[in-house]
Amino acid sequence: MNARSLALQAMSIARVPGVAIVLVVLCATFGLTSPGFATPANIANILTQSTILLLLALPMTVIIMTEGLDLSMGAVLTFASIVFAVTVLTTGSPVLAFLAALTVGFCFGLWNGVLIAVLDIPPFITTLGTLGIAQGLSLLVTDGQSVVGIPHSIQSIYSGTVAGIPLPVIIAALAYCGTHTLLYHTRFGTYVFALGGNREALKVAGISVRGLLIRTYVFGGLMVGFAALLMTARLNSAHPTAGIGMEFDAIAAVAVGGTSFERGNGWLLGTLLGVIAVGVLRNGLNLLAVQSSAQVACIGALVIIALFIDGLRAEP
Amino acid sequence: MSVATNMLVRSRLALSRDGMQAFYRLLAAALLCAVLAALSDVFLTMNNIFNVLRQTALLFLMASGLTLVILTAGLDLSVGANIGLSACLAATIIKAVGSPMLGVATGIGCGALIGLANGILVTALRIPSFIATYGVMWILAGITYYYMAGDTIHGFPPGFRQLGSGYLFGVPMPVYVMVVFLLIGTLFAQRTVWGQQIYAIGANSIAARLSGVPVERRLILVYTVSGAMAGLASLIVLARINSAQGDIGEELTLPAIAAVLVGGTSLFGGYGTVAGTLIGALILTLVLNGMNLLQINSSWQPLVTGIIILLAVWIDTRTRRIGE
Repeated sequence: MNARSLALQAMSIARVPGVAIVLVVLCATFGLTSPGFATPANIANILTQSTILLLLALPMTVIIMTEGLDLSMGAVLTFASIVFAVTVLTTGSPVLAFLAALTVGFCFGLWNGVLIAVLDIPPFITTLGTLGIAQGLSLLVTDGQSVVGIPHSIQSIYSGTVAGIPLPVIIAALAYCGTHTLLYHTRFGTYVFALGGNREALKVAGISVRGLLIRTYVFGGLMVGFAALLMTARLNSAHPTAGIGMEFDAIAAVAVGGTSFERGNGWLLGTLLGVIAVGVLRNGLNLLAVQSSAQVACIGALVIIALFIDGLRAEP
Repeated sequence: MSVATNMLVRSRLALSRDGMQAFYRLLAAALLCAVLAALSDVFLTMNNIFNVLRQTALLFLMASGLTLVILTAGLDLSVGANIGLSACLAATIIKAVGSPMLGVATGIGCGALIGLANGILVTALRIPSFIATYGVMWILAGITYYYMAGDTIHGFPPGFRQLGSGYLFGVPMPVYVMVVFLLIGTLFAQRTVWGQQIYAIGANSIAARLSGVPVERRLILVYTVSGAMAGLASLIVLARINSAQGDIGEELTLPAIAAVLVGGTSLFGGYGTVAGTLIGALILTLVLNGMNLLQINSSWQPLVTGIIILLAVWIDTRTRRIGE
């Protein structure tokens, strides 16, 4: 085991308490306050509902590790979901529709990547502009209406099970393993770690930072395509506001998971726990009949607290 | 050449560069007007011109405080959500107490407090501004929706409504508010030590700190001012549309950021003027108003605003690169 991976592991262990404490506190609070929380059915529910978020939070972790950000994920997710629904309605082919959703994700990822890497536009403003574009496209295609009448077979992608395990959980597990391999066992992942730490060093070493950034955002776009499949199947429809704000939950999960916004070191397992923490928070507040608007405020507060802790860690 | 002459020449050059850029932007605005006048019969009617002026004033008020934030190389994504909460609270007070003055104080006070919170997050907690204000945006949206629970508050006293829909000497009231804050903003940024310190922070915050600029206090100031201006803008919206809803400011954040950037303020800090933002607000209003007049589906508006933001930042990035 070399020094770098040792150092990485040491950093990971140092972070365990933060997100784990959040998770334990949340579970204990809701377990005590609402009787329906700690039931097997509800726990399965939380895991299934967290899958879409995980598909967004995984690439968001990688993107934030490159000192970037993707504010357009929710809007692109919405548009991809609409394209999926419209395609399946016009062609009747779920496969074609899925490919269309992936293409939408790919194109927006490429667009973000090129603007950020080639034109040097800061990520947050690039993706803010893209957010406007994707939102506008969603409204234009649907005219503000829901797209309904999707065949029921699509729904089974979300509600189906394989060997008793919900299908979305299997998809999310595969996505997690894939991202883990990408980040920790490929050259791409090593470069991502290096990029967040020291961009200049990577350039001097002769590695194309531009190509790396473009691939990172394209990866994000493709994952959004997968998430669009799950979201459309879950809602059994597509709506021009369905995914708005999802990027915020994803950023929250990444922040709670201990990935740093300024120093570019990330921790994928932390993101997984962060996603579950956000899922638990939403579920618990739901059980306590807290309105979804107030839930958003709670998640916002969670992010600020997580970033505050992140800031404290940066101090020494 | 002595240092003093050198500096004088440099400031002259900078002045002429600023002057040319402002000229090009005004030219763009004039061209937009000409195109719209040619395409639409309604554009040059008194009614529509007042409409454009009122909308420009609203956008400028939001964007002027935001300009100061962006001058420090920060960003305030919470202005739209700030308008929402400030407007709803001000509306509640006006309805409950019946005093427009108290309502105005509530709106501006609420906005300033939100701005102060942003400032503290950015300075004391050292959270990057776009993330901190993005989090605050969602917190505010959540609180506002929770507070309003889908309700609408409407019907305000005529005295208050004057602020948004009234006229003085035949000119809409918001225009006067706009002119006053254009003067205050310009004087503050260009002619006061604090204003110059804000430019210094944006140009190089480390150098500014080493030169004795109290960076944290100035940053808290600019975020508070940005919040207070959003609070003021919320009152104008409230007085004009005569009702308050939870989503009142939602669609205003992107245009406000676009107005600052189109007005020539650099996203990377240290360069730009409040007056430039006025031209930016005018250009953006003309585009959005024009789309309305030409009966283009309003769904195009976020898309067009997004593209305008990207174009403005791209030009900014290129200019900087040439400068280097």
